[in-house]
Amino acid sequence: MAVADSLPGEFDVIVLGTGLTESIIAAACSRVGKSVLHVDRQAYYGGNWASFTFSGLLAWIEENKEAFSKEEITEWMNDINEGEEIILLNSSDKSIMNVEVFNFASQDPVEDVKEEASLQKKDDLFLTVDLVEDLKEEGSSQRKDDLFLTVAVAESFESGIEKSPDTYVNEHPAETLEHNDVCTSSQKKNPELSIDEKRSVNVCKTSVAETRKTITYSQIIRESRRFNIDLVSKLLYSRGSLVDLLIKSNVSRYAEFKNVNRILTYQNGSVEQVPCSRADVFGSKQLTMVEKRMLMKFLSFCIEYEQHPEEYADFKERTFSDFLKTKNLTPNLANFILHSIAMVLDTDLTTEGLRATQHFLQSLGRYGNTPFLFPLYGLGEIPQCFCRMCAVFGGIYCLRHGIRCLVVDKETRRCKAIIDSCGKRISCGHFLVESSYLSDDHHQKVKYRLISRAVLITDRSLLKADSEQLISLVTVPPLKSGQPAVRIIELCSSSMTCMQGTYLVHLTCSSVETAKEDLSPVVSKLFSENMKAGEKGEVEAERPNVLWALYFNMPDFSSVERSSYDLPNNVYVCCGPDSGLGNDCSIQQAEHIFHQMFPDEEFCPPAPNPEDIVYDGDGTPPEESVFKEHGESEVGDGEERTLDTKYLVTSTTNEAEDAQESVKEIPTE
Amino acid sequence: MHGRIKLKTTEEQAEQKQKERLKKLHFYETTRSACFAKRKAGILDEEGLILSGQLLAANPDFATLWNFRREIFLHLKEEKNPEELQTLFEKELSFLETCLRVNPKSYGTWHHRGWVLDHSPHPDWKVELELCSKFLQFDERNFHCWDYRRLVVQRAEVSPQEELEFTHKLIGTNFSNYSSWHYRSTLLPLVYPDTECRVGRADEEALLTEYELVQNALFTDPNDQSAWFYYRWLLGRADREETVSCLYISREGQRLIVSFSHPVNVLLPRDELILFVDGLPLRVTWKSPHPQLKRSAIWQLSLISSMICELPPNTINAACSEHNFKVHWRDGRIQRECILYKGRSESWCRDSATDQQLFRCDLSVEKTTVLQSELNSCTQLQELEPDNKWCALTIILLMRALDPLGYEKEMLQCFQTLKATDPMRTAYFDDLLSKFIIENSILKMEYAESRNLTNLCHLDQMQLVTHMNLTSNRLKSLPIHLSMMQCLEVLEASDNEIESLEGLVQLPRLQEISLQNNRISKIGDLRPLASCPSLILLNLKGNPITEVPDFESELSELLPSLKDLIV
Repeated sequence: MAVADSLPGEFDVIVLGTGLTESIIAAACSRVGKSVLHVDRQAYYGGNWASFTFSGLLAWIEENKEAFSKEEITEWMNDINEGEEIILLNSSDKSIMNVEVFNFASQDPVEDVKEEASLQKKDDLFLTVDLVEDLKEEGSSQRKDDLFLTVAVAESFESGIEKSPDTYVNEHPAETLEHNDVCTSSQKKNPELSIDEKRSVNVCKTSVAETRKTITYSQIIRESRRFNIDLVSKLLYSRGSLVDLLIKSNVSRYAEFKNVNRILTYQNGSVEQVPCSRADVFGSKQLTMVEKRMLMKFLSFCIEYEQHPEEYADFKERTFSDFLKTKNLTPNLANFILHSIAMVLDTDLTTEGLRATQHFLQSLGRYGNTPFLFPLYGLGEIPQCFCRMCAVFGGIYCLRHGIRCLVVDKETRRCKAIIDSCGKRISCGHFLVESSYLSDDHHQKVKYRLISRAVLITDRSLLKADSEQLISLVTVPPLKSGQPAVRIIELCSSSMTCMQGTYLVHLTCSSVETAKEDLSPVVSKLFSENMKAGEKGEVEAERPNVLWALYFNMPDFSSVERSSYDLPNNVYVCCGPDSGLGNDCSIQQAEHIFHQMFPDEEFCPPAPNPEDIVYDGDGTPPEESVFKEHGESEVGDGEERTLDTKYLVTSTTNEAEDAQESVKEIPTE
Repeated sequence: MHGRIKLKTTEEQAEQKQKERLKKLHFYETTRSACFAKRKAGILDEEGLILSGQLLAANPDFATLWNFRREIFLHLKEEKNPEELQTLFEKELSFLETCLRVNPKSYGTWHHRGWVLDHSPHPDWKVELELCSKFLQFDERNFHCWDYRRLVVQRAEVSPQEELEFTHKLIGTNFSNYSSWHYRSTLLPLVYPDTECRVGRADEEALLTEYELVQNALFTDPNDQSAWFYYRWLLGRADREETVSCLYISREGQRLIVSFSHPVNVLLPRDELILFVDGLPLRVTWKSPHPQLKRSAIWQLSLISSMICELPPNTINAACSEHNFKVHWRDGRIQRECILYKGRSESWCRDSATDQQLFRCDLSVEKTTVLQSELNSCTQLQELEPDNKWCALTIILLMRALDPLGYEKEMLQCFQTLKATDPMRTAYFDDLLSKFIIENSILKMEYAESRNLTNLCHLDQMQLVTHMNLTSNRLKSLPIHLSMMQCLEVLEASDNEIESLEGLVQLPRLQEISLQNNRISKIGDLRPLASCPSLILLNLKGNPITEVPDFESELSELLPSLKDLIV
């Protein structure tokens, strides 16, 4: 962690908040040679865009339940000169609301935790491997079920080293101290633990007729590190502005992606696949021949709707759903298009619907059969990638570091400097802040919306398929009028966001009521919240079980005009995540703010090729390792991350580590 | 400042690149000469493998080097023990895989891979099959890989059923894939053999499910050709049986004409045609109606000129005699017999299949109900996609298969649509339409009313026609196939765009030709007429040739027997 005292006293740009928009702007500024100080009051990157391990998320929940006491330190008031005034910022974030947690997974005996604790000392890897192997042999003489289980345990052990604690450290450097111990213990699987799992399986075998692996809460805790739970649930449109930016700026080298495999919807009481690509329509068994033609015909029109204004001229002022009614589409098809392809509201206008449909279709086929990509290890990776880029070009990072107030010149009405949480005064040319850092006084003047979110851990997919490793986007049209349309993203374990045998399910909608009130009707329609299988009806037995659920509301400042904040001109406000599926809103804002700051500079030009870089010769430059080519990395860790999937760009963990190294390395001269 | 990145200038970059290029070139050239020197000296060792490998990795299309490698392998095969050989071959396979990754469309690499496996002590063809699947996943139209796959399938004895499923999978991901559809058409007859054992045909039941599959593609994207072509293959499955369709005898000139269902060359031993007159085999020399027609549906013979006198002279042309004529073809399996009765000047025996089945060879003898339902769904598709040419064309073919005369009006309409939506192919559609109009004329037995023809076909069906009216069409020539109309006496071809008369050759009975308002411009264009001995009337009014000086005298020299020339 940076020693705050050693920070330089002046920066071109100071950025407060490490969410996507702020990180992109920080990277863009640093890339064109501006000096950047990037701070976040949290110990983790991303703000509301962050990803957490399971225990990390539990800590986050606790934090958001606690009431914060305001610290009153005023010694820094000495630094305020005459002719200056201050604007106070929030010292804590109280924007997350209505947090509710439900645990449906069966609880394990208390000894379990003790066992875990006692295991911490046994970190001899080879010994553990031997034991697992012994167990395998033992298993062969046992009954079939047991054998299966043992193998499964052995497998999870093998995959358990995929992401070593060291890797983890570098992804969330600040968390290292708190969590390293826990991680270590959960990594080193051992026979004692697997016996425990066996016991729990045996218990459920007596009650469940159909053998389904039951995952207990302690397993989730133990495998906490397998989870990367995003606070914001979004996808990348393959031809969206974020993908374009990642490619243009070469930031893509820091991230890996997996294609979203299926687009599903909830219709007539069941989850169905939405035929959206040519291959889907061809293979669809639900559509009649004529429906296939009508759908393809309409979609081909949408791709180039601008060339046929006559087709929708009469509907410019009317809603998209009205327009769909005139297109000879069966109600099924109209629903598919409205809710799952355009993903617009019933009340949205025709042009908006057409634009959204076009965007969807243009993104199809670039990287796969659906228009979407998901970043491995969660969306929280993306802001961090831009932070890495910023750091490579000299940006300085300070986490767990707040800013108390802005110092404003009374005459020029410009922000001259900031006072940080250590009381140090740092001058700046531009100040960028994420809106949740603004004090309540500022927010009282603006009207903002809320996003309802739910995070579920489930035990099976919403729609069974040949492969268990699928990422699905499920759109649920409003169940009743007045209720919002809900977007579900179901992530499999190969997306590196949840432990094996589970699915991580994100639900998102624009808030009408609290998150629980908005989303629980959908959860109870699509999932089973009752783990006792004996009491389930047949239909319900097919549904995924919810093992654990979290509901919360997050503010959405995306519709707030900058002018509604009474702030100096060189203070820029980032709105934080919006409720949409794509990231266009954040990218547009980032580019817009960057051009306001530096009208003559290029926004995120491509980073140079590694071989074109020459070094000044003042010691080992931090960049060297960042630009390392594939396969040159010395340690095998990076290889472990490689999955049998298509990547946009692959990178090795080592790059990320080294980049983080440079983040921490703050010049002391 | 610390941590700042400095970039090389473009000049530096260019210079560096140039240096690297030169270095590479030098390396390539020295290695190449080393390889050639080794080969010349006959040194076939493992070093040769290394050297040629370095070159082939960069340029896999260097055929000589692949040959060099094969020579080395054949040599090493005698020297090494089986284990050593196996490792050597395995190494070669992994080398080839890297080459294929660099260039997946190299003839040399794929061919060499096949050779290596064929010579390897323990070839693992299953691995090869997976390799093919991977490369086809990468590029489903890589025909090099398809070729190789066929080899692998044959060697690994993969069942056609598995391959059929494989094509299904590929079509599922992207149905714009000719290779997969075509592969299906070869696999289906193997997996579901035809119940009547016709070669290359599949069982009707299996085909019905194929209709559904292909219709999914048609309705999803009617502009994709691959599915339409497969659909036509599905629909058109019955070849006409080979037969001698007609035998004609005329006392005048003692001529005999034989027509076949398909063009053949009876001069070849395997297609030998034997003539029996009154039960006695005669050695005769058959002639095709036009010297350019090597394969023809019509073969003829004049007993006067070609008979080697085994029959008394004037046997045939004596009006009172009665004779039995018989031809044997395909070793007597196909025969046709005809009796020239007393007092008759000519006689013929025709195939009775001259009815509606005659022109259904493109589309099958498939049950009419299936065709009808296919027509219905295509019509449905056409309502949704009125501008789709593939759909319109398929509808035409289906209507012709079902009822060529009954759908005549609809067919003409469809052709109008086709020409409007695809003006680039107007000429093709005109020719196709001409063909169908002629077919209909033949079916209706009316030869006088065809209009707008751009092309003449099925002339072999008209060998007995004596009067032909082609007036007011858009014909540009009278093609050589017209010479099949051996009985033609009067030809009316006025108001066309005819420039050439190459088909009016050796038509023994042709007496009158009307060629008013055409584009005959040179005396040479009329030369074919000299071989028509009976010609007495020729109308050339409105042709450019009439303005050529001395044209009439030259013509009388060319056609001395001509009595009436109208200009």
